[in-house]
Amino acid sequence: MRPIRPTGLSGCRRSAGASDSISTHSARHRRGFSTYAEKRVVAWGAPWGLAVIDTLRLTAEEAAGLLERNEVSGEELTQAYLDAIDERDAELHAYLHVVGEKGKGVPLAHKDLITTKGIPTTAGSKILEGYVPVFDSTVAAHCKEAGLPILGKTNMDEFAMGSSTENSAYGPSHNPWDPTRVPGGSSGGSAAAVAGGLAPWALGSDTGGSIKQPAALCGLVGLRPTYGTVSRYGIVAFASSLDQVGPITKTVRDNARLYEIIAGRDPCDSTTVDLPAPVEIPSAEDLKGIRVGVPRELNEAEGIERGVAEQVQKAIALAEQLGAEVGETTLPRSVDFGLACYYLVAPAEASSNLARYDGVRYGYRTPNNGDLTALYERTRWEGFGAEPKRRILIGTYALSAGYFEAYYGQAQKVRTVIAQEHAAAFESFDLLISPTSPTVAFKLGEKAENPLAMYLSDLLTIPSNMAGLPGLSIPCGLSEGLPVGLQLIGPEFSENLLFRAGHALERAIGFDPVPERLRG
Amino acid sequence: MSISREDVLHVAKLARLEIPEDQIEAVRAELGAILGAVGKVSELDLSDVEPTSHPLDLVNVWAEDEPRPSLSREAALANAPDPADGAFRVPAVGGGE
Repeated sequence: MRPIRPTGLSGCRRSAGASDSISTHSARHRRGFSTYAEKRVVAWGAPWGLAVIDTLRLTAEEAAGLLERNEVSGEELTQAYLDAIDERDAELHAYLHVVGEKGKGVPLAHKDLITTKGIPTTAGSKILEGYVPVFDSTVAAHCKEAGLPILGKTNMDEFAMGSSTENSAYGPSHNPWDPTRVPGGSSGGSAAAVAGGLAPWALGSDTGGSIKQPAALCGLVGLRPTYGTVSRYGIVAFASSLDQVGPITKTVRDNARLYEIIAGRDPCDSTTVDLPAPVEIPSAEDLKGIRVGVPRELNEAEGIERGVAEQVQKAIALAEQLGAEVGETTLPRSVDFGLACYYLVAPAEASSNLARYDGVRYGYRTPNNGDLTALYERTRWEGFGAEPKRRILIGTYALSAGYFEAYYGQAQKVRTVIAQEHAAAFESFDLLISPTSPTVAFKLGEKAENPLAMYLSDLLTIPSNMAGLPGLSIPCGLSEGLPVGLQLIGPEFSENLLFRAGHALERAIGFDPVPERLRG
Repeated sequence: MSISREDVLHVAKLARLEIPEDQIEAVRAELGAILGAVGKVSELDLSDVEPTSHPLDLVNVWAEDEPRPSLSREAALANAPDPADGAFRVPAVGGGE
């Protein structure tokens, strides 16, 4: 991997005076969105002359266009989403907290692990119930600077550990395409909010597939950015060498817009780097000159549903028609060993990150305390749900004396192998392509009692995540009436190429992101 | 893979989790199943492979040691379950009230 040189280190963003990155972001944002042809997103409701906004169909770019042309006010726009939340969130449970800030920009929803000053942030856990942060995360600050008011905080698997939102301490979210099914996870609330017309766009976070998989299951576009391009400052930590925040949107262009707002080096997070090139909003409609590799193991893995494989095959054929040079490639050990590697590395890091929840400085404290040790042990047993406890125990075991080399140490070596295999594939190809999730949205309860079955949901997203690589999921069709996600993986810092290819494919596929049962 | 009750209690102690007596066996069985699955990593001979702890090759990210505004005491204590006298109050260390 390329060595990265951090440059221009100055004070932390919270110091007096905004840093360069902030002013660049807002200046970029002020240049405005290019307008986009509108299609039935606004109707004029006689006799009052008020705009009736179709939140199910409106993209963030279109919303920005309406604001720019003064066709609706920021207040009206936010109100339209609050009305939609009133109408449908009882069924979808996408939100944990509805805020409804009024502002001039396109409102957004934050996954509830993004620290927001003065707004509850629970990470889907009872251990953080009632916690109201006294500072903003860097991504929340960037969104604020860009003038994006917060609609609310979205539901998620507790501490981002899960693939369905069923591990939320506050109950699961439901898939807008079929409320008896999961929206995916862990950023399932963000995906349900956007697909259900309860937010024009949203932020999620991805450790093993938590943006890409829910985007796939809800028929949306999700970007897991290159590790280090988006600040983790103020993001409730799960596995620090893997966690990345990224956008969940209806279109690839919306995705690029939101990524542009949140990406960039942050003095408060020393693992961030400067983007090698500015974000480009994609417009190309072909894939000429792009070499697309089809890794056999990611496309033929056991457990990939036939309907999913069919839709992905069609998309690959379409890529070829658009001018891509498509060829087969291989990641011999990345898929076979990726899951085991991930379920050692991520719990090991989680066991360390979650040590901070001790009932002393913030969060839940047991009423049954004796001495200090008992206070820690009971607070943590009572405050954490089953999945975080499971992962803390696995991680602690993998790091403990006598087992370290066989488990965590060996997993770190597998991680090297995975990175090397991806690097080898990128010697011959510009992008790799596969299904995002082996299955379409599954039924609530179907996998909730079997952690190992649930872990398989991330089989195809984990390998590239372990290598720190960016991935974009776009919808590529329906199977059994439910969305299928197509995963595009690029080398590090290839977001512009992912957006370009994703946009061209999106236009050619012509997927309608409005859930069929909600189409008017 | 099978792990013992003693292993579970040892790891729980390290992790500061008090597992209720009636749940220890369930936790033991579940951890054994998961460790059996993730133990797959040892099937590979990787004695000559360097470990990766982090995706970026960042080395020594220095920053100037400049004082800057930080949280007030009130803000730092705002979410404390039991603040007292401008500090975090905890039970006696090592037993007793």
